[in-house]
Amino acid sequence: MSWFKRVKHGILTKTQDKKPTPDGLWYKCKECKEPTSTKEFELNLWVCPKCNNHGRIGSREYFNILFDEGKFKELDANLTSGDPLKFEDTKPYPQRLESSKKKSGLNDAVRTAIGKINGLKVSMAVMDFAFIGGSMGSVVGEKISRAIDAAIEHKIPMIIISKSGGARMMEAAFSLMQMAKTSAKLALLDEAKIPYISILTDPTTGGITASFAMLGDINIAEPKALIGFAGPRIIKETIGKDLPEGFQRSEFLQEKGFLDFIVERKDLKDKLHEVLSIFGVHKRTA
Amino acid sequence: MTIFCFNSIRFILLPPQVRWLMAVLLDFEKPLEELIEQLEKAQATHAKGRVDMSDTVAQLTKKINNERKNLYKDLTGWQKVQISRHPERPYTLDYINAITKNFVELHGDRNVGDDKAMIGGLAKIDNHNVMIIGQQKGRNTKERQYRNFGMPNPEGYRKAKRLMKMAEKFDMPVICLIDTPGAFPGLEAEERGQGEAIAKNLMVMATLKVPIICVVIGEGASGGALGIGVGDRVLMLENSWYSVISPENCSTILWRSWDYKEKAADVLSLTSDKMLKNKLIDGIIPEPLGGAHNDPEMMFKTLKAELKKNIKELCELGSKKLVNARIKKFSKMGSFSDSA
Repeated sequence: MSWFKRVKHGILTKTQDKKPTPDGLWYKCKECKEPTSTKEFELNLWVCPKCNNHGRIGSREYFNILFDEGKFKELDANLTSGDPLKFEDTKPYPQRLESSKKKSGLNDAVRTAIGKINGLKVSMAVMDFAFIGGSMGSVVGEKISRAIDAAIEHKIPMIIISKSGGARMMEAAFSLMQMAKTSAKLALLDEAKIPYISILTDPTTGGITASFAMLGDINIAEPKALIGFAGPRIIKETIGKDLPEGFQRSEFLQEKGFLDFIVERKDLKDKLHEVLSIFGVHKRTA
Repeated sequence: MTIFCFNSIRFILLPPQVRWLMAVLLDFEKPLEELIEQLEKAQATHAKGRVDMSDTVAQLTKKINNERKNLYKDLTGWQKVQISRHPERPYTLDYINAITKNFVELHGDRNVGDDKAMIGGLAKIDNHNVMIIGQQKGRNTKERQYRNFGMPNPEGYRKAKRLMKMAEKFDMPVICLIDTPGAFPGLEAEERGQGEAIAKNLMVMATLKVPIICVVIGEGASGGALGIGVGDRVLMLENSWYSVISPENCSTILWRSWDYKEKAADVLSLTSDKMLKNKLIDGIIPEPLGGAHNDPEMMFKTLKAELKKNIKELCELGSKKLVNARIKKFSKMGSFSDSA
């Protein structure tokens, strides 16, 4: 009866022979720490089915969720950043760009496209947090500016989904001026009386909040997204006190009067369509 | 040098070049310390009237000026940051009082309150009526607190916006003097929408139908500076700085310590010459030797002339041309390539 006796002791499998669970089979919610199968998580639009925490997703996912049949025409896909300042911190900026490109499969922190939302044509820019924290450098500024130009040219609504830590330090004042540039373009869009909907997602801070993200005719956010100008850590250091619960979250911003409404990801597409149809864009652009 | 005698007491009126006698020296100016001490001694001896030291004084003055010229020839980014923060550097109100007549300060954003870190009002620069706006710092501890260290809250930006719209209505050029370590990162500032306030200003300034001239007179930190910085002409005083973040904070984020601030100042390319080279500003206004604080009168004169010149040029353009050119200028900023 050898199975009653432990004949071999300890773990004998060699490291190279071990059979790990395939990566990404399970997703552990960052909020409630509950596991969900990746499949279920994806079917639930990357929202935790247990606590409704909206996971961070990028342009690929948003395009898929929002555009009809996931079809769209991407704009300026190959725009890449220069290194105007020969910036070097712990590694040179071009190297940082390269490794980010490899890791994320993206060319920079925003993708822009023209597509249809329930049959309604829109110009849309979606930021990718995976690329250097979604930071805004020349490419982000330029692509968003061009997408706004396209909205003006085709007389179609503009939608920007923000998800960014702010300006990109490695482009210093170049990145600062992107705030002025995108805001100037939005002023033109405003004069052309074309609707602009800004969608703020977790996180939207710094120079993004202080430029296009707060300039929507309608500002919408996903639930519980961190939205603010200064980061919570800096504010905490400045005032020397703990921050109140829920400070700088979507619900807080709506309460303070800076968001029109908060919308869950599963309702986002229909809500956008609803708002845009009431604006009557489809009639004017038909 | 003029010397007056009154009952054996001599008053020395110092010419501007030696005004730094009482001044605070920056760390890179240390080589001057000894010379200045000698000069002070010589002047004291001279003042007693027993020995004529005027030759020595003249010699030392010349020597100090030469040494200063040497020190100021190749300033690093960090050194310029230090000059821009010199405690005796002229602030917005100093310029307003020296350059304009009939300044009428206007208060409040008509909403929450009056921000003391952002001031503005109507004024006359010779025969030009202007709206002049700027961040204001304080000279001593009490004043600094009152001015919140030149860090505006949202109502400051909204006051600035209100004044700009008023300038547009009454067809007056807008002058913005930028001098801030950043928009205030406070709890109430967030509650009242610091980001939104700055963002709105960027949008309003982009299409404002009157000339806007922005001058960075000291520190130009990030969105807090840009919030009054979208202009037809964006100029920088020679020893001011303008960037997306202060060198200290940049150092903290990239190297996790303040110790790399010199390096950060260098890599950020935040000085006026580098900003001009990168075509992110339109011009540099030279400062007197030793920085604006070393000869404020001279600085006021230079800035006034520069402002008048630009007002005249810009007022000749129609508002449509002005706005188009302004938007076009900012649209061109950036460094990228299309690798398709």
